[in-house]
Amino acid sequence: MDAAAEALLLARAQFGLNIAFHILFPTLTIGLAWFLVYFRVCYHRNGDAAWLATYKLWVKVFALTFAMGVVSGIVMSFQFGTNWPGFMNNVGNIAGPLLAYEVLTAFFLEATFLGVMLFGMKRVPAWLHILSTIIVAVGTSLSAFWILALNSWMHTPTGHVMVDGVWIAGDWLQVIFNPSFPYRLTHMMLASGLTASFAIAGLSAWRLLREAGDASAMKTLRASVLVAAILVPLQIFVGDLHGLNTLKHQPAKIAAIEGLWETQKGAPLVLFAVPNEQTRRNDFAIEIPKGAALVLKHDADGELKGLNEFEPDRPPVAPLFYGFRLMVGVGVGMLLLAWFGTWRLRRGAPPRALLWTFAAFTFSGWIATLAGWIVTEVGRQPWLVTGVLRTADAVGNITGAQLGASLTGYVLTYTLMLLAYFVVITHMAGKGAVTEVQP
Amino acid sequence: MNIDLAVIFAALMGVSILAYVVLDGYDLGVGMLMPAATPEQQDLMVASIGPFWDANETWLVLGIGLLLVAFPKAHGVVLGQLYLPVAIMLIGLMFRGVAFEFRMKAEGWHAQLWNWLFWFGSFMASLAQGFMLGRYITGFQPGVGYWLFAILVGASLCGGYVLLGATWLVLRTEGELQKKAYAWARWGLLWVALGVALVSIATPLASETVRDKWFDFPRTLWLMILPGASVATGLWLWRSLRPEVADWKPFAGAVTIYVLAFLGLAYSIFPYVVVDRMTIWDAASHDSALRFMMWGAAIVLPFIAGYTVFSYRVFRGKVREALYS
Repeated sequence: MDAAAEALLLARAQFGLNIAFHILFPTLTIGLAWFLVYFRVCYHRNGDAAWLATYKLWVKVFALTFAMGVVSGIVMSFQFGTNWPGFMNNVGNIAGPLLAYEVLTAFFLEATFLGVMLFGMKRVPAWLHILSTIIVAVGTSLSAFWILALNSWMHTPTGHVMVDGVWIAGDWLQVIFNPSFPYRLTHMMLASGLTASFAIAGLSAWRLLREAGDASAMKTLRASVLVAAILVPLQIFVGDLHGLNTLKHQPAKIAAIEGLWETQKGAPLVLFAVPNEQTRRNDFAIEIPKGAALVLKHDADGELKGLNEFEPDRPPVAPLFYGFRLMVGVGVGMLLLAWFGTWRLRRGAPPRALLWTFAAFTFSGWIATLAGWIVTEVGRQPWLVTGVLRTADAVGNITGAQLGASLTGYVLTYTLMLLAYFVVITHMAGKGAVTEVQP
Repeated sequence: MNIDLAVIFAALMGVSILAYVVLDGYDLGVGMLMPAATPEQQDLMVASIGPFWDANETWLVLGIGLLLVAFPKAHGVVLGQLYLPVAIMLIGLMFRGVAFEFRMKAEGWHAQLWNWLFWFGSFMASLAQGFMLGRYITGFQPGVGYWLFAILVGASLCGGYVLLGATWLVLRTEGELQKKAYAWARWGLLWVALGVALVSIATPLASETVRDKWFDFPRTLWLMILPGASVATGLWLWRSLRPEVADWKPFAGAVTIYVLAFLGLAYSIFPYVVVDRMTIWDAASHDSALRFMMWGAAIVLPFIAGYTVFSYRVFRGKVREALYS
């Protein structure tokens, strides 16, 4: 491999690692923030000390998760420029303002009111504390709005024009509300809600396994499982719409997801296979005849474009093919567990086997979210901005040695942080919420 | 109407970086002072910065964000040159940021480890930031002398942050801890005096542009107001480091020194964004992008200022208990 190819690979590895590590935490906090609003309002309305204890426990989980997101996010803000200077040089006039709006409208808001939410309960009146909790939730969601507007624009760019050799925004509304944005935003917000629901359910189940009668953990388990039972089917519906939107705007991505090498009518739905890039076929395939045509075209004999139509500008098949099946598999597991759990929790104390299952699903949202992001981001390759800028043309001139050294530092740091995060979170959840005696 | 958007954004970026240095400076300084305090005092020190550190660091994101989005060409040069110190700073900031939370939630030797990482992260980040400043103001010139100079600036900035942190503690604590803070502030101030003197001597030596700007009579006489005011503020601050003086004064003095030093630097560098190589107009984004951001900034920044003041009012007064207690 020559030096340039090595630097490109390292730049992508480093950026991919950072962004994958980072996305874990906002995904959890966006959903968790709205749960906190619910816990806080419940306490305010009925004065039940168990709700206060619940709020205080989960606000600590939130603070820890939020801190992880903030510090890894600061790294991102530097790496946009250092790893991909070509990105800013070519489309910076569009990407830059969207990032700036995220900082201005969301980051300061959430960071400042987080302080009041975490430490200000005794210092401000109840309504102001509730308002601060709501503002933090709004801030986290606003930040998702801006970053997903930018990300969606990179997938399905609209509203940009070339003036004097640079891309600028011709129409900001078209840039922000580009064709894939509504689907991607909804899909991600629901993913956040699900990630938070299963994290709360899992950690509450973990507590109930150790202390069967814990009132707070029972409340949070019920609430989160119910939310999950509502959100999973919604997510499946929105995911399907997002897929159809992708078929329209990024058909190569869909062909790779489906493992569809050649254009054909009535394509089968490949449940599982080992895609083979050399022979351009799927080994060991298990298929449902005409399934893909039915799902994507709602017509058993509909024609789907295969990867052959897009050569050589198409994404690699394996990450998309496996990533998509992992995401959908986890989603199906979530659906079954949430519905069965809701039904079973209505009938009284849950059996230990069910609690163990919830505990095993604690971080299922992370797995599905990461798998989904790998599908959509790798699926955009070889483009950084579809049809506008190639990834290879955006890489900088940081040497492989510098990238390698800093990558090693980041890997070590992230490993330690993630390890500590798991230890502390499970420890805190295991101890449970401490209900204080009301004066 | 002809507004020079590049100048407006250079000013915005400068103000963000100044806000970052002053605000995160005091909490990094408090972090570096941790080993000198008892465990109970450490809890109070962390409690004094707990509600603010996150918003403080957001100014770094804004400052760097503005460099990235308003002056993308300079961003590539500056951060390309500073790639490794930036990585070191980021790793330091990461350890420090999460250590805040972990040190309160971990137990036994884990808590000790996070206390240590909190100190170490603060120190690494401060040293790296000073080092970057040293490299930046000498235009990233090669040579051992310039590197040594950057390390010296790094050490001085650590001293500067210790000064900010110690005077912050004078303002926010009482009793034994406050007494210690007075002593720490004196050390910090001596360190800063040395650092500011070094930078003031070295910058004109390193860059002809800077030299010509400062040594141009009779303008030089007017410019002497800046170093004069700095020395006066330093002396006033030294005399304010006593319990009889109102305890907000030392912090105000420390912030004033930073503002003066910032004005001096800004005068030296303007209109360059990479010293002697690239002006703000060479590096600026397209007008359409700058105009779109300017509207956002004009509307949102007053709100940010407003709720920042609100947050500092909510948490005013002396800290008396650890966070989450």
